[in-house]
Amino acid sequence: MQKLELPKMITEDKLKDLYKEMWMIRYFDEKVDQFFAKGMIHGTTHLCVGQEASAAGSIAVIGRKDKIVSTHRGHGHCISKEGDVNKMMAELFGRETGYCKGKGGSMHIADVEKGNLGANGIVGGGLPLAVGAALTSKMKKENYVVLCFFGDGASNEGSFHESVNLAAIWDLPVVFICENNQYGMSGPVKDMTRIENIADRAGAYGIPGKVVDGNDMIEIINTVNEAVENARDGAGPTLIEMKTYRWKGHSKSDAKKYRTREEEQEWRAKDGIKRFKETLINAEIFTEEEAKQLQDEAYQAIEEAVKFAENSPEPSMDSLLEDVYA
Amino acid sequence: MAVREITYLEAVREAMSQEMRQNDDVFILGEDIGVYGGAFGVTRGMIEEFGPERVRNTPISEAAIAGAAVGSALTGMRPILELQFSDFITIAMDQMVNQAAKTRYMFGGKGKVPMVLRTPAGSGTGAAAQHSQSLEAWMAHIPGLKVVQPSTAYDVKGLLKAAIDDDNPVIFYEHKLLYKTSSHVPEEAYSIELGKADIKREGTDVTIVATAIMVHKALEAASELEKEGISAEVIDPRTIVPLDKETIINSVKKTGRLIVVHEAVQRGGIGGEIVSVIAESEAFDYLDSPIKRLGGKEVPIPYNPKLEKAAIPQVPDIIEAVKETVKYK
Repeated sequence: MQKLELPKMITEDKLKDLYKEMWMIRYFDEKVDQFFAKGMIHGTTHLCVGQEASAAGSIAVIGRKDKIVSTHRGHGHCISKEGDVNKMMAELFGRETGYCKGKGGSMHIADVEKGNLGANGIVGGGLPLAVGAALTSKMKKENYVVLCFFGDGASNEGSFHESVNLAAIWDLPVVFICENNQYGMSGPVKDMTRIENIADRAGAYGIPGKVVDGNDMIEIINTVNEAVENARDGAGPTLIEMKTYRWKGHSKSDAKKYRTREEEQEWRAKDGIKRFKETLINAEIFTEEEAKQLQDEAYQAIEEAVKFAENSPEPSMDSLLEDVYA
Repeated sequence: MAVREITYLEAVREAMSQEMRQNDDVFILGEDIGVYGGAFGVTRGMIEEFGPERVRNTPISEAAIAGAAVGSALTGMRPILELQFSDFITIAMDQMVNQAAKTRYMFGGKGKVPMVLRTPAGSGTGAAAQHSQSLEAWMAHIPGLKVVQPSTAYDVKGLLKAAIDDDNPVIFYEHKLLYKTSSHVPEEAYSIELGKADIKREGTDVTIVATAIMVHKALEAASELEKEGISAEVIDPRTIVPLDKETIINSVKKTGRLIVVHEAVQRGGIGGEIVSVIAESEAFDYLDSPIKRLGGKEVPIPYNPKLEKAAIPQVPDIIEAVKETVKYK
């Protein structure tokens, strides 16, 4: 039996929940992919299949009062931050019961009360918001931490530089998490930056930078936990880069001509869910059968979400002009 | 007892200070607003009273500080962001247009962004093209933002309190050349409702709707015109979002003539919007002459003082426009 070194709050039950959560993320986005293909969901969407570990592992170490700021590829973050998959699916169907009453769609799901400050349709748009939320924590002495997710593409936006610098000089409780999935739309990260690791930029702001295997749940949990503890203790931000891969294209219109089958196969072999399952079986947290049961439960939850969405009403036309102003 | 007069600049500071004394959630952030007191001296002395936590000096990072204001507003604070020049909104555009203005609607009515972005606008200081613009029409175009343009110290104090108390993102344009102007301002806090125009001068022959510094030019023109027997009514909308259409419509119904004056470039400016309000209302039937728009010329603001002055409407331009308009009987 392999003993796992993990923070205290990551109990055996929590590990099982996390395993199920990863499958929920995968099934949710696989389902969305199918519905798009069938023309049942309109607009666009950005799927995080293959990136389940960075969302689930990072958010596992924070509590209810802590906050997250997400990206356009944010379904996984939303689910991990206590997201209700019924409301999420209903939102993608544009229904009144959705998180945003059918007005936001995939890129704008938020749950401010539960600390999800929203997905974001602007690459790099969320980083300054995370800094502001962390500022509130410090000024009101609320002692919560903000996890700020963004992609490798966003790390080349000016807002990245401004935000990390501002959070650093003010010692704000924010953890910057770069999900490096190797591509900014069709742009390979190697062609877009001269450096090997985006986390190396941390040195320029005088904060710690860490590179982790973005498909390794145990490494993610431990690294984010340390950064969160430091942030809570007033030591300021950390920049963590998670090396991962999106299995699907950038969005539904993407034929993925910029990469090869071989590359995709190579990354599929590093699947975070599969590896997490092996880890938990080796540590005797669950058996193969229990794992299968959790996976089935996740599948069921998504099937029910679809039913909920399909049976939900469209928003009333009267709602068009509502909520522009508070 | 003598009526207390303070400057427009002092009125900004007084409104902020009174709100900050009253509510711990209100704070200011911006470049050089601490010991330096801000680019125009608006926050001078405030760091001594409120300390560096609540008068937060920031790096030169307009995108991040605008976003920090949005994020802190969304999580329970009431930030006031000072941008040194309103031209720099261009650098903070994503955060104001795509984040602040949209958040509530795209989240389905959840969350609110109670922030104020204060910033000096307008020309007349010789600061040339990148420090002299009037971009309020850009902001007025975005649903989700409110836009305020005060012309007097009295209005500044009341409107700023209303802006800080408002649960929405408000862009508060201060005119650089008005900072030193004074008017009667009560010491106690008071609020002027956003969306209520002020009739700065009553008249019967023509309505002049003017914003910000143009209010003063319109009033000067009206005094000159009075000597020639022409009675001009001067209306200051004070806020262009929300816009008090009713007051403008009623005035035009009374006078039958309309001139709109603003400093911002005429093309695509807020003047076109005000003209449309009349064209689409019952006041259209009352018009005795074509409407006139006076706005900035279609050029970046030049440096040379004579050219700079010529780029925006002046008192003689307003007088001439009124005279042409009243020729129609």
